[in-house]
Amino acid sequence: MAKTHVTMKVNGAEVEGLVEPRTLLVHFIRENLLLTGTHIGCETTHCGACTIDIDGMSVKSCTMFAVQAQGSDITTIEGVANADGSLSALQEGFRMMHGLQCGFCTPGMILRAQRLLKENPSPSEEEIRMGISGNFCRCTGYQNIVKAIQYAAAKINGVQFQEAAE
Amino acid sequence: MNDMTPTREQREAKLEGMGCKRKRVEDIRFTQGKGNYVDDLKLPGMLHGDFVRSPHAHARVKSINSEEALKVPGVLAVITAETLKTVNLAWMPTLAGDVQMVLADGKVLFQNQEVAFVVATDRYAADDGINKVVVEYEPLPVVIDPFKAMDADAPVLREDLAGKTSGAHGPRKHHNHVFEWTIGDKDLTDAAFNKAEVKIKEMISYHRTHPSPLETCQCVCSFDKIRGELSIWGTFQAPHVIRTVVALIAKIPEHKIHVISPDIGGGFGNKVGAYPGYICAAVASIVTGKPVKWVEDRIENLTATSFARDYHMTTEIAATKEGKVTGLRVHVLADHGAFDACADPSKWPAGFFNIVTGSYDFPTAHVAVDGIYTNKAPGGVAYRCSFRVTEAAYCIERGMDILAQKLGMDPAELRLKNFIKPEQFPYHSALGWEYDSGDYHTAMKKMMESVDYAGLRKEQAAQRAAFKRGETREIMGLGVSFFTEIVGAGPSKNCDILGIAMFDSCEIRMHPTGAGIARVGSKSQGQGHETTWAQIIATEIGIPADDIMVEEGNTDTAPYGLGTYGSRSTPVAGAAIAMAARKIKAKAQMIAAYKLEVHEGDLEWDIDGFRVKGLPEKTMSMKDICWAAYNSVPPGMEPGLEAVSYYDPPNMTYPFGAYICVMNIDVDTGVYRIRRFYALDDCGTRINPMIIEGQVHGGLTEAFAIAMGQEIRYDDEGNVVTGSFMDFFMPTAVETPHWETDFTVTPSPHHPIGAKGVGESPNVGGVPAFSNAVNDAFSFLGSTHIQMPHDYWRNWRTAKELGVFA
Repeated sequence: MAKTHVTMKVNGAEVEGLVEPRTLLVHFIRENLLLTGTHIGCETTHCGACTIDIDGMSVKSCTMFAVQAQGSDITTIEGVANADGSLSALQEGFRMMHGLQCGFCTPGMILRAQRLLKENPSPSEEEIRMGISGNFCRCTGYQNIVKAIQYAAAKINGVQFQEAAE
Repeated sequence: MNDMTPTREQREAKLEGMGCKRKRVEDIRFTQGKGNYVDDLKLPGMLHGDFVRSPHAHARVKSINSEEALKVPGVLAVITAETLKTVNLAWMPTLAGDVQMVLADGKVLFQNQEVAFVVATDRYAADDGINKVVVEYEPLPVVIDPFKAMDADAPVLREDLAGKTSGAHGPRKHHNHVFEWTIGDKDLTDAAFNKAEVKIKEMISYHRTHPSPLETCQCVCSFDKIRGELSIWGTFQAPHVIRTVVALIAKIPEHKIHVISPDIGGGFGNKVGAYPGYICAAVASIVTGKPVKWVEDRIENLTATSFARDYHMTTEIAATKEGKVTGLRVHVLADHGAFDACADPSKWPAGFFNIVTGSYDFPTAHVAVDGIYTNKAPGGVAYRCSFRVTEAAYCIERGMDILAQKLGMDPAELRLKNFIKPEQFPYHSALGWEYDSGDYHTAMKKMMESVDYAGLRKEQAAQRAAFKRGETREIMGLGVSFFTEIVGAGPSKNCDILGIAMFDSCEIRMHPTGAGIARVGSKSQGQGHETTWAQIIATEIGIPADDIMVEEGNTDTAPYGLGTYGSRSTPVAGAAIAMAARKIKAKAQMIAAYKLEVHEGDLEWDIDGFRVKGLPEKTMSMKDICWAAYNSVPPGMEPGLEAVSYYDPPNMTYPFGAYICVMNIDVDTGVYRIRRFYALDDCGTRINPMIIEGQVHGGLTEAFAIAMGQEIRYDDEGNVVTGSFMDFFMPTAVETPHWETDFTVTPSPHHPIGAKGVGESPNVGGVPAFSNAVNDAFSFLGSTHIQMPHDYWRNWRTAKELGVFA
């Protein structure tokens, strides 16, 4: 099948590649760019394991063609850590609050949470739960993911994180 | 001594040993997208394989034409049963003693069964090839309803078994019968029922569902023709078992098979068995000489690999008028699908279902399980469950609630009245188990006090009165569940897989500078073994957990282990780790005695090293002993500091817990609201409370999913109608309730550190709590038992059947 040339910015770097028109963006990211932190869990836009950030929006990259991302600005999990290589507030929050177990949903969950906190820097628990409802987790039961996002929001906002009482 | 000398507390804290909420070491890589999962692997020249699957649930395969597929650019091979027959691999043995088609051999027996394997340069080309393979089918009548499978005129499903009147587990009664398994004293139990003052009988179904970890099953196989070696990277919960299975069926010497389980994206029992994808990828690599990757998509995962449950349990309890249970009788119709591919210990065709007497002192019991074939996917895996324990716990916990209703007794009171008492442990159950330890009354009472059980019952009574007066359309249910699990399979006297005893193992090697590596036969799929195993070692030998690297999953380096499922890692591998650490410590003591110039017996252990009794200044730290092990061991002693332990547990462990769910249901819509869920778990000694809490949250969420909607359902033609995440209920953060966790600690008397395992408890105890809440809510309107799953529609339908719209 004839291939199309695509260029885009991924984690701050200009990248390019030759793809079939039908190539899914998640496959381009994982197999051409070798950024394997973006995962595939369902291929039907339900589970959110493939969530990345495209031009300021959370997008499930399993149901978007690579050619549709032409010229866009993308962040994947590999571009989330602080510039000095330390964990971002969200990455730290997930670790501190035990917000992950098998780690498979984590990259998508963190990318979604990062965008959520830009949309709403001080979300309530209900807003967090609604905000990550496009991302499945099979291990944690979400409770500690909510805490992880609250931890990160507090850290970003420069306030003390208070864990809600049981 | 100076001010810089750390205090005992500081020395303890530095170890981050058992009981500490140590943050996970795995998270550093997982939060940065640097996990290493199977699909992340890319080998030079790697090909992709994918399946042509059957659209029919039962059909004869008249022909398979691959001609056009082979013309598709990128397609290199199309493998069929005929190809596999040349290497004697068209069929494979299952862990349950049955055989299973790898690729359709003459007929298909379930929808989405594997028919042909297309190998191509990439996954897109493989898919193009699949679309060009032409398969001609002749549809046959299907058997979907398990209760009709053994009708005299039921279609014959397994023609390969024609004339075979017995299978791996004894006689077969019918052409669609797999086995009958019975246990207990039938005569004594019948007698108990004959003289019972009160009896209940109910058919309690535990529907078919699926573990559906977020990462599907997948593998990469690479055969090196020159060396004759096969390397397999796969999502294997039990990598050593896979290596042995491959050696047995592919006739490759076992030392030339390298099985590697890298990071696994959740397992929940889905990744224990061997699937056609693994065999086909291995054969494709041998045929093409190139590495071949196979990755299931979600629909394939839900419809073809390893369902769970599908147990239909006719449950009878005999009791006195005062509510003392006197007998239990259960008949199970077990739907195994097209092939019996259960992942149970070999001698246990119905797993440990005989834990069905639960937490109660039944003087006698009898169980019979009939396994049957239907036109559904094969499997019967333990979805976050130790071998049918989940089904058993649901059966008895529903049964006790039904009995309470019949007696007009409170379900909690009935349970308290029948619990095995603390002084009865070790307790010998009527169905043959020896419960190691328990204190059920304390756990139950703690739960009841924590949630103000009496207050909740009063509130429920008021709510019911208000409902009857027409003041509210909401009903309220309290779901009590008190489960006893049986985990840690298992003792070699009763557990093996393919003849291999179900021990587990650990090898610890300490390096000169006081850091070390522990290799373990278990395999984490998210349980955090890299974190917790190091904590056990830290406490045992006084080396900080941060200085111990834990490695699992590589069969070339890890000692042989039976893997991680059935909550067996802590009870079995965890014990092996403690025992290996104690061997290290014993040798370390000899070295320390030599260096300190005292007798071994003059030394005592003190947090992170040895000290001379009565001379607290005369010490040698474990770190210094590690150094000495490489340069100045006592004369005649081998240098180095390492140990291996293979641990054959003397008994199972029996975790337990008291759960309660408080739920309101709107009868006009069927919409439920989980108001409160409290879970008290007793898993013995607690290694990492943070991880235990995480396991409980996750298991409760899976229990919630199963009880309230998650189902693999078939229509009358055998089409799967819940084959994607569109229809298969996966709770999001919005539906998932808030979890309250609590604990008591009753250590296992036979486990080296007293731990019992916890991963599956919340699923085992959670499902009956949810289901009992729904049933309790409706009970005052006249219902006795409502089958799961309790989704909104079924709740509405129940309300309608009970006449609340009249």
